[in-house]
Amino acid sequence: MAGGAASIKSSRSGIYSDQRNWLLLPSWVVLGFFVFAPVCVMLVYSFLTKEFRGGVIWEPTLAAYDQFFFDRGLFGDAEPKLQWTYISIFWRSIWQAGLATILALIIGFPTAYFIATRSPKARAIWVFLITVPYWVNLLIRTVSMKFLVREEGPLNDFLIYAGIIEEPLQIINTNLAVQLGLFYSYLPFMVLPIYASVERYNFILSEAAADLYATKWTTLTRILLPSIKPGLVAGCILVFVPSLGAFLAPDLLGGAKNFMIGSLIEEQFKGNAGNWPFGAAASMILLTMVMVLLMIFAHQQRRAEETP
Amino acid sequence: MNSKVDVKSYAGFREITWICLFILYAPLIVVTVYSFNASASIAAWGGWSWQWYIDVFIGPESAKFKKAAFNSFSIAIVAASLSTFIATLAATAILRGGRFRSRAPSVALITLPIMVPEIVLAVATLIFFNSIGFTRGYLTILVAHVAFCIPFAYLPIQARMQGIEVTFEHAAMDLYASKAKAFTRILLPLMMPGIISGFLLAFIVSLDDFIITNFVKGAGVETLPTAIFGSVKQGLKPNIMAISTMLLSLSIVMVTISYFVSKWDNTK
Repeated sequence: MAGGAASIKSSRSGIYSDQRNWLLLPSWVVLGFFVFAPVCVMLVYSFLTKEFRGGVIWEPTLAAYDQFFFDRGLFGDAEPKLQWTYISIFWRSIWQAGLATILALIIGFPTAYFIATRSPKARAIWVFLITVPYWVNLLIRTVSMKFLVREEGPLNDFLIYAGIIEEPLQIINTNLAVQLGLFYSYLPFMVLPIYASVERYNFILSEAAADLYATKWTTLTRILLPSIKPGLVAGCILVFVPSLGAFLAPDLLGGAKNFMIGSLIEEQFKGNAGNWPFGAAASMILLTMVMVLLMIFAHQQRRAEETP
Repeated sequence: MNSKVDVKSYAGFREITWICLFILYAPLIVVTVYSFNASASIAAWGGWSWQWYIDVFIGPESAKFKKAAFNSFSIAIVAASLSTFIATLAATAILRGGRFRSRAPSVALITLPIMVPEIVLAVATLIFFNSIGFTRGYLTILVAHVAFCIPFAYLPIQARMQGIEVTFEHAAMDLYASKAKAFTRILLPLMMPGIISGFLLAFIVSLDDFIITNFVKGAGVETLPTAIFGSVKQGLKPNIMAISTMLLSLSIVMVTISYFVSKWDNTK
């Protein structure tokens, strides 16, 4: 009897059940205090009145969100019109991030597939080679890209030398440069999750399709791609989300005309011209977009797990 | 046997893989090569030379770089150590603490810093320090780094612990080892590869961070990334390429160590 009760207890509880609150306490304190609480304070700040030298006055208002969406004239008393300045910055961020995701998918899927169909030893080497650049400082990688594509840079030198162009291309400070930077920054994020799902894919399914006279293309689009959908979605999320809030690529490669959300937010907290509640509101809008995406993703992954 | 259609390989995928590798490495290789450029102009190639590396250590800006390097490395070492310690305890509670109600929220809280876009986390941290009247400087950078390094340390440690069967510890405790002994003599040594790779990844993440550091650093306090960014804003200079090459080599060395440590199997 006693033994039975003990075994039931031990199946429900782990070795360190009695200590678990103490073990979790440091992470609760540090993350609660320095990550969760700050996000809550930021939410509060987005509803406060701006102080002109940076900072806030503790008076609740919707002004920051209002400024984001509406234009009420110079003195704030005109008929409210839809304000396109900030919406168009968000829109630019969305399509830049979307395009970077598509480009990464076009290069990343064949790469992941190729790697996953190598021998186990070769796979490990390939995965390692793809992972290494991700761990190299993002700032340094962005600076490298800036160096490469600038007007007198190696890329233009090479294209002129090869006789493809006669005048150097103006790539730096354009949307194209930002696009290249985003694509380059997050490409490894696309390859790794797709690789993981192709590796688990059972190729007997493809062989069965081929035996039934399916073409290679049909096998790819009808059998393989649907089976590895969770990996494809994970890769797209992992490229899209950081691209959306990127700061370094638009700032260093895009110049002043190709603002994205990250630069818009950063500007509100630099020097004395900033508007903290507006910066907080823009951050909240970005955070909401990302959280909605992650929730859709989590839902989709759960459904994929339920239907084998 | 009959020559069946090879369903596994598609034409062109091999070439795209090589292109992918080329894209990932070309900018890094170009910067590394140009960091050895003897010419003072970044536009022209003037032969091989170590002069920009020497310039980083004894040139006119060397004092600034040394101070930034000291800040970066001291913050990275402390932040990686603390976050690894915190993450190890948390992983033990989550994987060896049985089923409990706050388990899912705890995991969510630990992974929160990687879910939230970095720029949003930077804004939130800045606003928070400001609202509690904390003066920005070395300490604010350190605290922020400890917090956002926790998930990076946690993930490899958790992955490692998942692979360790609980029977080892049960066996030890059946032989009258105390719980503390089972932890320090059995679980901790088995987890060591996970802990080392967690520490190394947290170290790199802290060393590399620009956005959060840029928001929470006070005036006059620089780390290597913020110093590099400030310098690049005024134009690309060859000494920045030398620093970049050194940092990128360090990252590659550390990831390589982390990779081999995580492959090391000591459960046998």
